[in-house]
Amino acid sequence: MATEPVKLIACHDCDLLQREIDLKPGCTATCRRCGSVLYRRATDSINRTLAFTVAASVFFLIANIFPIFAIRAQGDYSAITLFESVQSLWNQGMKPVSTVVFLTAMVAPAVELASMGYLLVPIKLGRLPRRYVFLMQTLRYVQPWGMIEVLMLGVLVSIVKLTQNFKVIPGVALWSFGILTLLLAAVAACFSPRDVWERLDEGERAKNAAASGRQLQPGEKTRAAHG
Amino acid sequence: MADGKPTSAAGMGLYSCHVCSKVSRAPSFSRPAHCPRCGTLLHFRKPRSIARCWAFLLAGYILYIPANVLTMMETGSLISYRKDTIISGVIHLWNNGNKVIALIVFIASITIPLLKLISLTLLLVTVQRRSTWQPRQRTRLYRMVELIGRWSMLDVYVVTLLAALVQLGNMAVVKAGPAAVAFGAVVVLTMLASMEFDPRLIWDPIQKEEVHD
Repeated sequence: MATEPVKLIACHDCDLLQREIDLKPGCTATCRRCGSVLYRRATDSINRTLAFTVAASVFFLIANIFPIFAIRAQGDYSAITLFESVQSLWNQGMKPVSTVVFLTAMVAPAVELASMGYLLVPIKLGRLPRRYVFLMQTLRYVQPWGMIEVLMLGVLVSIVKLTQNFKVIPGVALWSFGILTLLLAAVAACFSPRDVWERLDEGERAKNAAASGRQLQPGEKTRAAHG
Repeated sequence: MADGKPTSAAGMGLYSCHVCSKVSRAPSFSRPAHCPRCGTLLHFRKPRSIARCWAFLLAGYILYIPANVLTMMETGSLISYRKDTIISGVIHLWNNGNKVIALIVFIASITIPLLKLISLTLLLVTVQRRSTWQPRQRTRLYRMVELIGRWSMLDVYVVTLLAALVQLGNMAVVKAGPAAVAFGAVVVLTMLASMEFDPRLIWDPIQKEEVHD
């Protein structure tokens, strides 16, 4: 069993060993040697992240169901959703590009939002999420690949290019992607892995305490005692 | 730490978990260490960081050539037909009055990939020479590479949307060219390269430490 030195943190960018200090909500601790962010204490992190995650999920669905934009040129009309454009590119033989777009614009954000939900809803309800280590790892590896904000800029550039030749009709998904971009930025700003780990550690300790308590008094319902 | 000399966690025989940031002591025998909190396999440094980073980076350099030489987008209509590379596309956009958009595309698809390739090369070479030159600035450069890299994906999205939308038979057709594949690969490869690079290697020569794995 490894021994655990308490309240030490190593900078992820330069590995400088430092003592953790308590922060006021909304403050950020930075490495004194290289200036990287060590950790933050976001204000009301879990509630706010969860709220923005739920909102973002709704807009993510809308953004994927409805067409982004349509063009009209002398009676011809064409409209696409994001998935249709991925499909269309696949059918045109650009399978690698289609796959990259599918993964970065649809799968990665979906996985990110789903993992956030699975992680934060149980925490909010005062339970320990199942397989939370897996969820935290997933979030860490998936986050760099979600590129909704880049897609949003891509949509705007496409519109400018299209207006040279066509009449462009903006779709519902266009506005949804705009709002989704802002909401995902809010999720990223509110989410503080350190706060979540602290909650998970607390939950783990409470579970262990409850388990040892149950050994002393078998058959008693711990939940009812609290309620 | 108390005597004012900077100490790295690895120098003290402590692991820092890359998933949950927990600092834990290395087991006494050389066997794989796992994080006591989350069970992640621990390393003092990202394993074979320099070799992997070079591999992705060189692949990125190689594909950067077709990405810029080949056709990115074909645009055809009743009255005109044009083949654009990345650069000719930007020039066309600039000349047709959308200077702001042309600038955005120029930054995202020409400046950022080049800066990324050059920056990562600089970081790798200085780390391999165990240079002590400007470690703070180099760390900042690395963070910037990580932050801006994703924006090069812009042109790939634009081509995808246009090629999917503009399919109006004889009226107008847009097709994605082979450069789109190469360019998308460059973006993904340079992102992988920057993920494999371990910025802590920049600081090891300053502590006069030789840390492996």
